[in-house]
Amino acid sequence: MTKPIRTEEIEVSMGPLHRGMEKIAEKRTYFQYMPLVDRFDYLAAMLNGALYCMTIEKLAGMEPPRRAEYIRVIMMELNRIASHLVFVGTLGLDLGASTPFIYCFREREEILDLFDLVCGARMTFNYMRPGGVAKDLPPEFAPKCREFLKKMPARLREYDDLLSNNEIFVERMRGVAKIGADEAVNLGLSGPTLRASGVGFDIRRFEPYSVYPEFDFDVAVREEGDCLARYLCRTEEIRQSLRIVQQALDGLPEGPSSTRINMNLKPAAGEVYHHIEGARGEMGCYLVSDGTTTPVRLKWRAPSFSNLAVLTSALPGWKVADSVAIIGSIDVVLGEVDR
Amino acid sequence: MGVIGLGTEGAIVTTRIEQLLNAARSASLWYMLFGLACCAIEMMATGAARYDFDRFGMIFRSSPRQCDLMIVAGTVTKKMAPRVRLLWEQMAEPRYVLAMGGCAVSGGPFYDSYAVVKGVDKIIPVDMYVPGCPPRPEALLQGVLELRRRIAAGELGPRDIESLTAAARAASEAGTETES
Ligand code: SF4
Repeated sequence: MTKPIRTEEIEVSMGPLHRGMEKIAEKRTYFQYMPLVDRFDYLAAMLNGALYCMTIEKLAGMEPPRRAEYIRVIMMELNRIASHLVFVGTLGLDLGASTPFIYCFREREEILDLFDLVCGARMTFNYMRPGGVAKDLPPEFAPKCREFLKKMPARLREYDDLLSNNEIFVERMRGVAKIGADEAVNLGLSGPTLRASGVGFDIRRFEPYSVYPEFDFDVAVREEGDCLARYLCRTEEIRQSLRIVQQALDGLPEGPSSTRINMNLKPAAGEVYHHIEGARGEMGCYLVSDGTTTPVRLKWRAPSFSNLAVLTSALPGWKVADSVAIIGSIDVVLGEVDR
Repeated sequence: MGVIGLGTEGAIVTTRIEQLLNAARSASLWYMLFGLACCAIEMMATGAARYDFDRFGMIFRSSPRQCDLMIVAGTVTKKMAPRVRLLWEQMAEPRYVLAMGGCAVSGGPFYDSYAVVKGVDKIIPVDMYVPGCPPRPEALLQGVLELRRRIAAGELGPRDIESLTAAARAASEAGTETES
């Protein structure tokens, strides 16, 4: 038998998708920059938009109306599900199973239809606004969304049949590239990648923002720290997000969905950092204002970027064939890594 | 094409070999599995169940040697440009290029970024442009159908590869000179 080729050392080379997004922010007004925010983590654009708007709100000392907060939560959680679906589908594809990809994209299309209904776009929404959302939900939204929520648990069982209970898939993932809790914390991992190593840190729970304290959900944690745990953490998160969307739909308050604000927003001079639980981990935005219409500096804290750091220690020693599973299980979005 | 005689035994069709080849080429455009940014996700969605590229004989391949069509889906940055160019060079003739999305067409929303090549046609020749940010899958399909029509009609016949390559290389060097 020939010996398997193993990875000895890796070097992460970044920048092929560096688009200069942080620099562009310095020549746009706060509102003009909003569409670009969606192109940052393009699999979870609602979360980016919400983060950006929350940061501006924090800087300008505004409060969005409660209905807007609820709509934001619905959109953010739906987008988290859509993002995790892409993860599940492409992870299967990476490991040679092409059916889950087709299935996951089928459900993702249904979520995109909901977004399409709300804002007319499938991926780059430009829906969040400082002080609320761009438009109230159309009347068709709630029934369609409930229909989706009802369908989804059965679909999740289908994925389990295809992947979680699939021996080949499980054998390629179990025990591969274990990351211990200490190592995970020291490397600055966050999101499902961190929670799969037994650290139950979720910003939605420990530093609540928006209206998250009002919802009942569990933080998905696994102890094993291997690729399989990272996968299972995300599928569990899909279930929890479904619960949140259900509760938010049920409790959706009446009232305005946005506050009127000046398009030429001039927040008072100062600096602010805000972070939320993105689909991939702690997503942060640091904004410095000098009281004019354009920010002086805008910096993103991209979860994929920090999570990538683990590769230098996780990959060496494993077979080259395992590297697709390891990289896939970390779920990087390069738009966010390179910005 | 012309049909000479139709009988129970079959038909005799006269055609030129180029026409026959073009008809075949247009019906099985294998595209390269290669995405650069957000648009790549829309390309994946177009390949998945609802829109389904397969019904047009379009299957993704992972190696440029096996591909006929390069869908440039996403932002071509200055760091990425030489690699895109290399992949295009590795494809066998006849090869077609479709620029998908504002970024690949002209730089799109990053028109004033220091890091972005303002359109992939600065480094490789493009046969079809599909604007949008990202284009909806229907738009991409329309672009592909139009490309197929043009291939079958012989509008994208053999090209003067020598001069194209020289021109594109010159442009590529000009476009990437700021890269360290
Ligand atoms: S055209 Fe728009 S969606 Fe496509 S890669 Fe560029 S920014 Fe992303």
